[in-house]
Amino acid sequence: MARYLITRAWHSALTLLLSTIVVFLGVRALPGDPALALAGEDRSPEALEAIRHHYGLDQPLPIQFAQYVERLVQGDFGVSIRTGIPVSSMLTTAVPVTVELSLLAILLAAALGVGAGVLAAVRRGRPAEWLANGLALVGLSVPHFWLGLLAILYLSVAAGLFPASGFVPLLEDPVGNLHHIILPTVILGAGLAAIIMRQTRSAMLEALSSDHVRTAKAKGLRPRAVITRHALRNSLIVVVTIVGLQLGGLISGAVVTEQIFGLPGFGKMTIDAVFQRDYPVIQAVVLLTATAYIVINFLVDLLYSVIDPRIRVTGDPT
Amino acid sequence: MTVLTVPMAEAGPAGTSRRTRVLRRLRRNPLAVVSFVVLALAAVVALLSPWIAPHEVQQTDFAHTFSPPGTPGHLLGTDDLGRDVLSRIMLGARASLQVALLAVATSLIIGVPLGLAAGYFRAWDAVISRFTDLLLAFPFLIMAVGLAAIRGASLTNAAVAIGIAQIPGVIRVVRSDTLRLKSLDFVAAAVVDGASDPWVLARHILPNATSVILVQATVAIPTAILAEAVLSFLGLGIQPPSPSLGTMLATAQQFAARAPWAAVLPGVVIMGLALAFNVFGDALRDALDPKGDR
Repeated sequence: MARYLITRAWHSALTLLLSTIVVFLGVRALPGDPALALAGEDRSPEALEAIRHHYGLDQPLPIQFAQYVERLVQGDFGVSIRTGIPVSSMLTTAVPVTVELSLLAILLAAALGVGAGVLAAVRRGRPAEWLANGLALVGLSVPHFWLGLLAILYLSVAAGLFPASGFVPLLEDPVGNLHHIILPTVILGAGLAAIIMRQTRSAMLEALSSDHVRTAKAKGLRPRAVITRHALRNSLIVVVTIVGLQLGGLISGAVVTEQIFGLPGFGKMTIDAVFQRDYPVIQAVVLLTATAYIVINFLVDLLYSVIDPRIRVTGDPT
Repeated sequence: MTVLTVPMAEAGPAGTSRRTRVLRRLRRNPLAVVSFVVLALAAVVALLSPWIAPHEVQQTDFAHTFSPPGTPGHLLGTDDLGRDVLSRIMLGARASLQVALLAVATSLIIGVPLGLAAGYFRAWDAVISRFTDLLLAFPFLIMAVGLAAIRGASLTNAAVAIGIAQIPGVIRVVRSDTLRLKSLDFVAAAVVDGASDPWVLARHILPNATSVILVQATVAIPTAILAEAVLSFLGLGIQPPSPSLGTMLATAQQFAARAPWAAVLPGVVIMGLALAFNVFGDALRDALDPKGDR
């Protein structure tokens, strides 16, 4: 177990280092002079010289990289070319919005997905299963940004049920915040719910035909108790696995959802930065996403070893 | 001189080949048949769209902008520049399929050899696993953002970003199937017989891994179609005025108050394509499942 965790931690650290190198080299792969790209509007020779010096562009590449990492560790992600605001303070306002949206979407998806998955497995071969399977297939196939678009058109603009765009911080106005974030949460959570449902269903079907459930039934446990206590316990592992595996999709989905609903989060910041060619912001966004992905997946693995005794014993996740 | 014969891999009951049985199971599944017909029709329309589209896709008509569906001469209406929506949907679907096939081809060309190597050679496994971890750390949208920032937004760059993001999935399934096949007797027999590693991989492992690769490709295509739509919608994929279902939806969003119907059709087409691939992929996986052979 300890051995497994140490190996896992070492792999995560290695991946983190490699992604930092990739992001660092990415900006150097830009066509032309990186100083020119970082300069934005002010392209006087003095300004370019100052930028070269500030970013150490006049130094050899390994030293530049060391300096880059040193600045990152101090929380210095550079300054936005377009606004002149430090990227770190842009992140502190944007990231909480995205985190709130993602957490709510995961909660919703877990509730819907596990519920529908259990229902489909228990009602095997009945209309409830077909309905749940059909909905899951549609959930996998529908472009979610399009659903969001339709929701804004018909629920927000036409029916006036929800605000079409905008955001109020959670701490300022919790009710208003919820009102703004409900539609984006449903849109972002729907796809994840479909994936969780399909996995829960097959895990449940397998569990229901396994020996320990048969034993539980044989010793006279009521069906409800068999399902919740023996079979459903395994679906917690399914949810944790899916969230780990689908994290990349969730981050991508959050970017799009924020863009459609005009939520001032990480995603909107990313897209705006691409169109404004705001390289320091793009660099920070890409690196932060990779870091978040690596750290969260490491935590998911830790969580695994807590909830799945098999891993605790064998030290092997498979 | 060798007298050892390599047993046929995974041969089924005498008389019927595995392929025949899989095809028969597919033919008996109505969902598989319907989704296959939908996909075949979509492929034909996409292939022929430059010739069978009722109008020239770029042909603007400022006197007839935002004609609703059902307008004579424009079955599905016209857009903000008076261009024919049906023609643009046909060519947009063609572009979607193009990006999806390009993306999946990219992921297979890079992912299959890496998956084979990771499963077959113990020494390569760790290196390839770290490479997979690295790729996974960059979600497709972030990959597309990076590529668009460095190389500009285009159909090719969108396909490359989507394809790279799909490599880890390909490596994973090919690696685990290679591990499984490697432990089977017919591979051991070939090795004993003196076959070289490349020969074993190419002649014995790869042919038997085709079914998992096929299923993986079938489920990767709808993901790629949705990803392309997202990227084009955000302006990171196919660039206007080239027709794309994603950019059609972006335009529809701008003019939603004037022409709400324009936001419906391109989305329905994207969903239809993705749904047909997903349904067919499910059916194919069931049909290829060796459990069904018994």
